[in-house]
Amino acid sequence: MSPRATLATARRVLAQLVRDHRTLAMIVVVPPALIALLEWVFSEQPGRFARVGPPLVGMFPLIIMFLLTSIAMLRERTSGTLERLMSMPIAKLDLLLGYGLAFALVGAVQATVTATVAFWLLGLETAGPVWAVVLLAIGNALLGMSLGLFLSAFATSEFQAVQFMPAVIIPQLLLAGLFVPRDAMPAALERISDFLPFTYAFDGLVRVAADDIGGRLWLDVAVVTGCIVLALVLGATTLRRRTA
Amino acid sequence: MTNYTELDHSIQARDLEVVRGGNRVLDAITLGIRPGIVTGLLGPSGSGKTTLMRSIVGVQIVAGGEVTVLGRPAGDPALRHRLGYVTQAPSVYADLSVRDNLEYFARVLGAPLARVDETVAAVGLAGHAEQVVRTLSGGERSRASLAVALLNDPEILVLDEPTVGLDPVLRADLWRQFHGLADRGKTVLVSTHVMDEAERCDELVLIREGRIVADGPPAELLARTDAENLEAAFLALAEGPA
Repeated sequence: MSPRATLATARRVLAQLVRDHRTLAMIVVVPPALIALLEWVFSEQPGRFARVGPPLVGMFPLIIMFLLTSIAMLRERTSGTLERLMSMPIAKLDLLLGYGLAFALVGAVQATVTATVAFWLLGLETAGPVWAVVLLAIGNALLGMSLGLFLSAFATSEFQAVQFMPAVIIPQLLLAGLFVPRDAMPAALERISDFLPFTYAFDGLVRVAADDIGGRLWLDVAVVTGCIVLALVLGATTLRRRTA
Repeated sequence: MTNYTELDHSIQARDLEVVRGGNRVLDAITLGIRPGIVTGLLGPSGSGKTTLMRSIVGVQIVAGGEVTVLGRPAGDPALRHRLGYVTQAPSVYADLSVRDNLEYFARVLGAPLARVDETVAAVGLAGHAEQVVRTLSGGERSRASLAVALLNDPEILVLDEPTVGLDPVLRADLWRQFHGLADRGKTVLVSTHVMDEAERCDELVLIREGRIVADGPPAELLARTDAENLEAAFLALAEGPA
């Protein structure tokens, strides 16, 4: 482990993003634009946007960082740069933490811009503190990043990686209670959702938005943190120094 | 197989065996490679050159035998500072500039950043340092990849076909540099399938279908086979009785 290699990796990942102006623009423009669209869509149904809006603000970094990381890591694996790094004095954890640092920063920027648009420009209101929504959103960016790092090992092409969106993300969003509250779902689905990380990420945001700061929120935070650590450890096992 | 002592060798393989997908890619490879000279690994495509190099670097899963580098098992963490490896396909970040790439790898290796300009110049990319790798030609990309391996001035250099697609002037310049590194006591192992490059090596290892066909200095291989050139010598050695 060396902070030098971790920081160098974070810096390099950020440099790659910064050079890609279009990706950078999409990271900050697309989520607020979608929130604005949502507000418009729900404008004839009072109350709906107020319920779905705040947690959705915090879910964007989870989804976007997951996809960005899985593709970035897939490129690292297929371009030979991962093999090169694995022959160098860098710990696997340095590489993973470097990615984590970079994407947490990007997630923070994305969450801040999205929250600013949603809560100030569009007048979305929450009972709980807005900064807590942003904080949970940064945690979600880390969750998305670590899941993306781990799952990238199961994709051998970018065609496969982008399909993690419908395969991994959408089912979890549906089961987390985005459209139908979990207690209104068939019991079997509610049971399944107990085992999905998105459920806790989403529930935490709903609770913060409702100013329901208590035991259940801390459970959500603990489960998300646990999932980040677990996914990083599993991700590290998929980085091999030796391959066939 | 050869007659110098093992103590002279910085790289040593004994009965090395690699199996991939049920195929024996390397079969009972035993060889020693000395520091201070340029050793060429010569063989047709698919003969096992890359696999042998990967085994030396320690990134290849091996089925049997052993490889030691500087007296340590290949892939030992202590060797990661002391060995530079350049893969056949350039392994640099295509979306970063040459300088960004080299600065990143220099930080990972703990090499001084001043080395970045030196290595950029050494591979003839001084005018392209700020250029994004994606916009470089194939030959320029492989030189950027080569520069990474030179950053921390490693004792062992393993270069997999580093001069493919380069113009003759540049190729000659790089070969001068390989010999310069060898003269400073480095171990330089270069693979090639081009016969005229083989002549530039001090020592050759001929490999075919995962086995070593012959090894020795080019002149000795020519004398042994009574051949006019290395191509003919290779043919004679590959087809003739051992």
